[in-house]
Amino acid sequence: MNKLGKGMIISVIVFLFAMSPWAVVSAQEIKIGVIGPMKFVQGIGQWNGATMAAEEINAKGGIQVGNKKMKIKLVQADSNEFLNVTDATNAMERLMTQDKVDLVVGGFRSEAVLAMQDIAMDHKKIFIGIGAAHPELCERVAKNYNTYKYWFRGSPFNSTYLVRTAFIHLGTVGAVMKQSLNIPMIKVAIVMEKAMWADPMIPAAQGAIPKMGMEIAGVWRPSPVATDVTAELSAIQSSGAQIIFEIFSSSVGIPFSRQAGELKIPAFQVGINVEAQKEGFWQATQGMGNYVMTSDTYARGVEYNELTKPFVDGYIKRFREVPTYTADTYTAIVYGLAPVIEQAGTLDSDKLVSILEERVYKIPAGTVKYMKNAEGKPLHDLTWGPGFTTGIATQWQDGKIMGVWPYKWKLTPESPEVTYKGVVPIKLPPWMIEKYKK
Amino acid sequence: MNLIINIIIGGLISGSTFALLAIGFSLIFGVARIVNFAHTAFYMLAAYCIYVAAQLMGLHPIWGMLAAIVLVALLGMISYKALINPIREHEGAVLIATIALAMIFQEVMSLIFTGTYLSVPALIGGYFKLLGVKVFYQQLLTFCAALLVMVVLWVLLMKTKLGLAIRSTAQDREVANLMGINEARVAMMTMGLSVGLAAFTGAIVVPLTVLEPQMWGGPLVMMMAVVVLGGLGSIKGSFIAAYILGFAEALVVFLAPMGAYLKGSVALSIMILVLLIRPEGLFGVYFEEER
Repeated sequence: MNKLGKGMIISVIVFLFAMSPWAVVSAQEIKIGVIGPMKFVQGIGQWNGATMAAEEINAKGGIQVGNKKMKIKLVQADSNEFLNVTDATNAMERLMTQDKVDLVVGGFRSEAVLAMQDIAMDHKKIFIGIGAAHPELCERVAKNYNTYKYWFRGSPFNSTYLVRTAFIHLGTVGAVMKQSLNIPMIKVAIVMEKAMWADPMIPAAQGAIPKMGMEIAGVWRPSPVATDVTAELSAIQSSGAQIIFEIFSSSVGIPFSRQAGELKIPAFQVGINVEAQKEGFWQATQGMGNYVMTSDTYARGVEYNELTKPFVDGYIKRFREVPTYTADTYTAIVYGLAPVIEQAGTLDSDKLVSILEERVYKIPAGTVKYMKNAEGKPLHDLTWGPGFTTGIATQWQDGKIMGVWPYKWKLTPESPEVTYKGVVPIKLPPWMIEKYKK
Repeated sequence: MNLIINIIIGGLISGSTFALLAIGFSLIFGVARIVNFAHTAFYMLAAYCIYVAAQLMGLHPIWGMLAAIVLVALLGMISYKALINPIREHEGAVLIATIALAMIFQEVMSLIFTGTYLSVPALIGGYFKLLGVKVFYQQLLTFCAALLVMVVLWVLLMKTKLGLAIRSTAQDREVANLMGINEARVAMMTMGLSVGLAAFTGAIVVPLTVLEPQMWGGPLVMMMAVVVLGGLGSIKGSFIAAYILGFAEALVVFLAPMGAYLKGSVALSIMILVLLIRPEGLFGVYFEEER
């Protein structure tokens, strides 16, 4: 067969395929890109959450768009953003130009998400961020609304509120220790990984801790990928610190907790330890991470509202682990995008934006209301506070992640007390009680 | 006083890990002039072997350790035969090939185990107090292992026929060949020994660290700093340089806690400083031979 003949046959096959029922089916689908570091726990959580959402919606026949039901088709994009930001932008570009997705959820590292955001905005596609916490992502919306209006924060709330919440947790632990161990002046060691996002937290902590009636024992900045921190721990113990206020988003959270537990350093660990939010933390620390307390989003048995339990239990049943905040891709699709598409009756991004930014709706981790800045411009950022999103604090108690905050928490002395269902009191490590209890 | 003891203990422990890695690297470079950038990737593979044996199969970590040393040493020899030996005369190509090998190992581990951080139990759990400073038994084991490896290696090189062959090959490959030594076989066996040492290091150190596919990158940089500082190919030099950099790291952590993350950079700066004064390193073999 000559070349012309082969070419004609291929052309006919392509034409027939384009006209086939499969092609018609694909037009009846809503393509949602799920982008994240898929070889890592964060990306796996994003994919799992989205998978659960798609299965749930498709089982009901799909999303009603105008007069037709459209099923969800997920497209996975591995951003590899922990290792290479360029891989992340390439993955987003592929979602836009080759896969031609209708919507995108995911992203994790703020540096990478800022770059990915630009690409999605260029293509005027809605991008709900699930993972990155930098405020700039939403400040861009206020600064240049027409370009960045397609961006919305899904989870977690921004880093300013993350820090504020971590300080509240620190104050709570301080109060518990003062009360149960009768320590008049508590010394706090500030331990934050050397990363850009943690840098502004040092002066903030140095300013806030004395105002909370506690003393600063010192500041330590280990590398985010340090594997041996025994020297730092020796120095912290020598400083006489009774609380370690830690900020770790990287692997250093594991050796730090493991070695502190194994050496029985008499100081309570509280703050943000992303690794401690995962169920694998117990294995990773060989059980030495007991009593570590961290800001968190979900825990077995803890309920923000009536939506939490079905989501957490369903996730555990499906994936055999408690969801972390990156699994909020579920929330973004089921409670954010699906109702908005049904209401708009179209996939037109501009129409979806105008509905989504005004909506106030419940999610398993609270209630979403998108903020406006001081000038009244839309930020598409999550409102923080009682009645909206607050997060929780969890503590490892004998091999289980237990919710320990909010427990009779008041935002201001006049505010009503907040306690989420299933939250239990904080436990102090026995070696601390032995050392400090008089 | 407490500070000084802390620095001494911290330096000895970090130095022992560096020494274990650098000795193996120096060995293969000294004998076969192979710059094996995959050395710490073999260390990573050994760590995963122990994880599989101890965590997934429920065996005592010691069995995992033995299996890791044997399997990884074999893999090292196979890699040498299949990948390095055919291009051995082109040092640049060997260098690139070993980097590629390390990347392949990393990606394979990522595919199997994902990027999840894992760990294995210590061979000897718990800690003891030395002059008021808490020291893990596992850290003591690392220190003793470094000394033991040095002694065993000395005996092997100085008191056995294989050692004689290795030393002869290291001194002059062509003459060794003319004297009837199968130089290619010696190089392969040295590769096995070198990689076996990397596996042994992985086995000893892994309970003190976090297991992940990229765990070979950091130690590679420090190991290179040690061997360059000690003098490329000099085992004695590597051993001493490892402790110099170990103490440098400990000094940074204790004297500048806000700059603890700089401990690696400070160690590397010391290396550069020494090289400016003494370009061949402390016990340079390579440069002396080149003159």
